[in-house]
Amino acid sequence: MQAFEYIDAKTVSEAVALLGEKGDKAGLLSGGTDLIVQAREGKKNLDWIIDIKSIPEVNELTFDSNSGLTLGAAVPCYQIYANDSICESFPGLVDATVIIGGTAIQGRAGIGGNLCNASPAADGIPPLIVLKATCVIAGPNGERELPVEEFCTAPGQTALEKGEMLISLKIPVPEKNSSSFYLRFIPRNEMDIAVVGAGASVVLDDSKQRIVSARIALAAVAPTPLFAEEASALLTDKEINDDIIEEAAQAAQSIARPISDMRGTAEQRTHLVGVLTRRALNGAIERVRDAA
Amino acid sequence: MAENKDYKVIGTRPIRHDGVDKVTGRAIYGADFQITGLLHGRVLRSPHAHARILSIDTSRAEALPGVKGIVTGDDLPAAEDKMADLGEGAVSLKYLCDNILASDKALYRGHAIAAVAAISPHIAEEACQLIDVEYEVLTPVMEVRQAMEADAPLLHEGLKTSSLGETSEESSNVASHIQHKKGDIEKGFAEADIVIDREFVTGTVHQGYIEPHNATAHYNQDGQLTVWCSTQGAFTVREQLAEILQYPISKIKVVPLEIGGGFGGKINVYIKPVAALLAKKTGKPVKVLMNRADVFEGTGPTPASFITVKMGATKDGKITAAQTSMAFEAGAYPGSPVGAGAMCIFAPYNIDNVLIDGYDVVVNKPKSAPYRAPGATNAAFGSETVIDELAEELNIDALELRLMNGAKEGDHRADGPVYPRIGFIETLEAAKEHPHYSSENGKTHHGRGIASGFWFNIGLESSVTISVNPDGTINLVEGSTDIGGTRASIAMQAAEVLGIPAESVNPSVVDTNSIGYTAVTGGSRTTFATGYAAYEAAQDVKRQMIERAAKLWDVDEANVQFADGEFSSINGKEEQISFRDLSGRLSETGGPVVGRATVDPPGAGGAFATHVVDVAVDVETGKVEILRYTATQDAGKAIHPSYVEGQIQGGVVQGIGWALNEEYIYNEEGTMTNASFLDYRMPTCLDLPMIDAVIVEVPNPGHPYGVRGVGEVPIVPPPAAIANAIYDAVGVRMDELPMSPDRLLKAMGKI
Repeated sequence: MQAFEYIDAKTVSEAVALLGEKGDKAGLLSGGTDLIVQAREGKKNLDWIIDIKSIPEVNELTFDSNSGLTLGAAVPCYQIYANDSICESFPGLVDATVIIGGTAIQGRAGIGGNLCNASPAADGIPPLIVLKATCVIAGPNGERELPVEEFCTAPGQTALEKGEMLISLKIPVPEKNSSSFYLRFIPRNEMDIAVVGAGASVVLDDSKQRIVSARIALAAVAPTPLFAEEASALLTDKEINDDIIEEAAQAAQSIARPISDMRGTAEQRTHLVGVLTRRALNGAIERVRDAA
Repeated sequence: MAENKDYKVIGTRPIRHDGVDKVTGRAIYGADFQITGLLHGRVLRSPHAHARILSIDTSRAEALPGVKGIVTGDDLPAAEDKMADLGEGAVSLKYLCDNILASDKALYRGHAIAAVAAISPHIAEEACQLIDVEYEVLTPVMEVRQAMEADAPLLHEGLKTSSLGETSEESSNVASHIQHKKGDIEKGFAEADIVIDREFVTGTVHQGYIEPHNATAHYNQDGQLTVWCSTQGAFTVREQLAEILQYPISKIKVVPLEIGGGFGGKINVYIKPVAALLAKKTGKPVKVLMNRADVFEGTGPTPASFITVKMGATKDGKITAAQTSMAFEAGAYPGSPVGAGAMCIFAPYNIDNVLIDGYDVVVNKPKSAPYRAPGATNAAFGSETVIDELAEELNIDALELRLMNGAKEGDHRADGPVYPRIGFIETLEAAKEHPHYSSENGKTHHGRGIASGFWFNIGLESSVTISVNPDGTINLVEGSTDIGGTRASIAMQAAEVLGIPAESVNPSVVDTNSIGYTAVTGGSRTTFATGYAAYEAAQDVKRQMIERAAKLWDVDEANVQFADGEFSSINGKEEQISFRDLSGRLSETGGPVVGRATVDPPGAGGAFATHVVDVAVDVETGKVEILRYTATQDAGKAIHPSYVEGQIQGGVVQGIGWALNEEYIYNEEGTMTNASFLDYRMPTCLDLPMIDAVIVEVPNPGHPYGVRGVGEVPIVPPPAAIANAIYDAVGVRMDELPMSPDRLLKAMGKI
């Protein structure tokens, strides 16, 4: 691991200015559970590490029934699952926060960092996609917003321009009769990266027998996490039965373009997309029905 | 030979002597070692699985500030065609040296090419990147069947096949062919009503010890080399260093520090000679540490194998014939555990007609190293699933079929030995009587499997000295490094002889200058053999203490008896003194008492185990969950039952990992793509139920307390037991390890 300078940035503008100045030789540190590992393994050669945890905006975690959830880029997982109202409103997001690393890692690692690391297998990203999250990005030219499904562009690559950083994620207030679910397949019960991940959100009608709308997102089956747009649209205004769930699962399988690697084979992954899409949809539907 | 069964210490569960230091983080492991003036070494490893080394240019690295010395294979003494004697048979010195630092060829990805000593680990690492190596990349040979083909690329141009005493004309990747025969195999199959013939493939797996390899070496001014390291055997490290460095054995001292797991993988040396070469070159102490990727890529896994098993039985369940051909990957240099696998494969059964062929084959993977019952797990995966299939075809309960054919005292193994009293049948009976075996197991996609296993265990040489302290405690000095609680199990055997509590023994594992020769902690030998030495050394102490009591009371030694920690006079004087009180009176009776013993006991006695496992299969994902696991095992006599249970549980867990997910995954270039604990999937505590360890005690006639080694056999049955359980659950026979979710999906026709 090469030596680096550590800078504790106090404001967004300071961090943005440093990023503009240092370019690729600077890395932003929040939890550090990816960054430090990558630096140690020589996958990133950094001369400057800019700690953003002193910046107020990236630590914001607020939820109100008008503006929805604001999740600061540096908020660690444990703060998310420790918050009862978030657990109630965004269970699919919570599903991801409790399986990213172990307890110690969850004390440091956050969803914002998970997104910026842009792993195709990131557990945190499919829930953001199905929950219609928006990225708030600050840069030399001020702030901009981007739908989360457009944030990752390739493995480890994001839509962030030079000098830009993620400030927070905004998630709208969930609709009535809605819920979300995320699960992944791993060969063990812990310590593994997703072979495939699938997230789903559903809005049901008052009878809870019909889907009003749904969103499906997948991880580890393409260079970036995917929003399964067609599969999601298939479910709009449909009565809930095994056939329609299966149809959506097959549509999700059709957009998967997985590789074979040490974590799984392409055919295994395509198969699992079907299995996990069904389980995610059924999981989300069950949650709506179980809610009082 | 077994003594009275009314033990005071043996069979109890005292707290281990090294426990407090370990749980409080005070124990000094290899990487913790510090010494003034220490330099840090780093090894440059081959990026290619098979390549000729054309040139190595270290000039840019030497110019880096902070670099103090660089070594390559040229710094090792010329090996030529000499043989090295490592105490357990001769091996080619060239192979031994080439595996430390490559000379002409890189034979696996991760093969050590050069090493740097610098003032910091970071500079050493940076300098490695500045070493320019020119390679001619060759086609890698990554699989045993491919390696055996006549036109396969050769790893060693000069390697000939040694086959049943003959040596081949042509060079080959097949280093040797062994064979064991018993009876008439053709006749045996002719007598059978049913014959099952199957092929099996097992993956390359690693021991997975948590602590990476480490070594610190220093030459003092008069040429004395000291090496501090974690190892399973300080004396074998001394022998290997003496041969590899061609340096007088008496000028080498090896100091064993605490060891964070070995499982067989810390017997061969890797970076210890490198640290010594760097220390010699720089004149400073040098510490070399591996990281996890180095450990996976550069140290011995246990090999992948291709095994055929053919067995025949009569309608009434008598197994009449068993035949196998086992081809094991040795890794880059000859020496796979196929020989041990051949000794174990049909060993639990008394079969009249047996034919076993074994092949040791080199491939472009790290040189294989021992791993817990080396070879036996691969072998049992084949034989124990075929037996399950036989039982099914014969419509006989799989456990009953084993009972009907199980080996007993007086039966002889295909490779020769005749069994003394053994406890295989007792492990089967214990499994049969266990509530697990008769419990309900009828849910959809749930299944139950059983399998048995054998490991022969070894004896070998051990030394122990005991000195008596004035407060009635003893200092017990031993050469066996403690990887599984052996300080306690050895101390308890001495304590039993002397009638003192286990806590009154201070065991020390010492360096090679401070105790007589002691073979490695391996082969499940330590509690057996070093325990035997402790027993004999304690007997020596007892004899001397009787002399002292006799002197004190002015009676004949024959008139002093010792029982329950008390010396007493018989035939006349009414005298009595405790071991403790007599210890305080040694000065006045002739000075210190030191007992000593060296042993090389022949009767290690075999170990048998029978396992029962319940699984649930997720038929949509191919994931197997272990629901319940019961392991019965003959321990002879469990000195410390908790540590016997711990060994059984640990072995089972490693066997489960091997069965379900662990394997080296290679890409087309021969690079391992999962060289980390993230992607080399060992089971975690969340993947396991409580393993129920059932100790069966059939005393070993070859040990004063009846001890049999316990450490290895528990890894043998799990893959076969789990395969049998998967079959019971979903009706597919798995013939390849690991039985990972993708393979199971394929077998079930889901993908």
